Amino acid sequence: MHIYLPIAEMSVNMFTLLAMGAAVGFISGMFGVGGGFLMTPLLIFLGIPPAIAVATQASQITASSVTGALGYWRRKALDFKLGGVLVAGGFVGTLLGVWFFNVMSRLGQLEFVIVVSYVTLFGIIGSLMLAESLKTMWATRRGVVPLSRRSGEHPWYLGLPWKMRFHRSKLYGSVIPIVTLAILIGFAGAVLGIGGGFILVPALIYLFRIPAAVVVGTSLFQILFTMMAATLLHAFTNQSVDVVLAMLLIIGGVMGAQFGARAGQNLKGESFRLLLAILVLGVGIRFAIDLVVRPQEPFSLVTVGARP
Amino acid sequence: MPRLLFAAAALAAVCASLAPAAAETLILSLSTHRVAITSTYTGSSIVVFGAIERDERTVARAAPYDVVITVRGPRRTTIVREKERVGPLWLNTSQRRFVDLPTYLAVLSSRPIDEIAGGAFLTRYRLGLDMQIATPGMEHLASEEPFREALLRLKNDQGLFTEEPRGVTFLTPSIFRAPITLPAVAPTGNYDVEVALFVDGAQLARQTTNFEVVKTGFEQATVTLAHDHAIFYGLGVVAMAVLFGWLATIIFRRD
Repeated sequence: MHIYLPIAEMSVNMFTLLAMGAAVGFISGMFGVGGGFLMTPLLIFLGIPPAIAVATQASQITASSVTGALGYWRRKALDFKLGGVLVAGGFVGTLLGVWFFNVMSRLGQLEFVIVVSYVTLFGIIGSLMLAESLKTMWATRRGVVPLSRRSGEHPWYLGLPWKMRFHRSKLYGSVIPIVTLAILIGFAGAVLGIGGGFILVPALIYLFRIPAAVVVGTSLFQILFTMMAATLLHAFTNQSVDVVLAMLLIIGGVMGAQFGARAGQNLKGESFRLLLAILVLGVGIRFAIDLVVRPQEPFSLVTVGARP
Repeated sequence: MPRLLFAAAALAAVCASLAPAAAETLILSLSTHRVAITSTYTGSSIVVFGAIERDERTVARAAPYDVVITVRGPRRTTIVREKERVGPLWLNTSQRRFVDLPTYLAVLSSRPIDEIAGGAFLTRYRLGLDMQIATPGMEHLASEEPFREALLRLKNDQGLFTEEPRGVTFLTPSIFRAPITLPAVAPTGNYDVEVALFVDGAQLARQTTNFEVVKTGFEQATVTLAHDHAIFYGLGVVAMAVLFGWLATIIFRRD
């Protein structure tokens, strides 16, 4: 059954979108990530204009992170103080990101920026994740116990000024690197239509040694608020949020996430990270192929001018 | 005074010589003047009905009538971009702008246009798809050619530029019908329908009518809200997202 998307001005198959939402929701529930990094590219490949895909996806990530954050809050696995600092930085990043998005859109370079960012960002993050998980798997197989965190040993960036203590996260250090990270994630989120959980979670674990127990809940808290801000700003500045598309993606995503979460419980930690790394890298490679392989149709059309 | 009389006589003579050309009139009717976009809209079809009315004094034509219908959608600027190899990458390097180009074009005729009229007439009466997108004076620029071809090809793939050489059917020798197909991507706005009548390569009459494509009900309300009250629209979408996310925790609660 087809349904007309009023903002995208196109007719799409409702069940295709619901199924896509459910499939991505399943994966996101399984890995505890928002799934934006899969959904936005899928929407673009489906023919939805990139600007609308990115802006609308922000609302879908809002819905899925509400579900996730509430669950972690109930289990008290959420550090509000660290979350608050991350949200503050995230807001700044989102503002800059939406501004950049609109400028690139006016210049007609948005699609190119999105493709190149996916290739570089996903290529780098995916490779790092893959290397890390392979290393851990190799080490556990050989019976080497990975070094645990030693107290008193601090990376240099935590020694910068404006120190704060985060009890729940067992962290004492400068907020400058934390806010910087949050700004970057907020920026990438607004431009690429991703929550950034798959970057934020490993960053908090490896760069700030935040205990795994609170890290996912806290990152979901940050993603929730930055994506709410991104949805609002996109709706306000470029009118690219399609409410019908958003609703379909949210319904599909919410359903899929529930089953995904159940499937994820049976997954071992290391194979879990390996699979996620392969997924991220796969999306990056898929975009790289578009850039490198001779296109079947070298020409493309864009219609400009105000919509009535 | 005699000069004026002479002028009047000359004018009458000219009119008399033109009279056969004005002997036929076209009467048009569209199946609808308003295509409403609803939530299940997947495109639409409009039928043009036409009758050729002949002056009583005019003798019957030896050759059959030919009809060419040109439908033009709202005009926007369309940019055609071309990807070229830059090092290892394929990037958009060059582009051509087609300013004020109809977003939708359909040319329907009772038989192939080049059989109806010769090349000079095609240009003169602006008949056929090629003529619609030609920028005056730029038709023969070799560098434009690939972009014009790509424009026609890509728009045709979307169902936005179509040519139906036998799209006009004569029901009787003087009554015809032609279905205009609108794909779902056809933009909202005003569409002009121009009908031209030919006999033996000469134009006898030309008549225009129009229809509009509009969003209605929920679709229209959504667009108005999104554009005119963007902040409320944004808040509404966020509220909906939060509500659905929260509902999910209640419905699927496991602990």
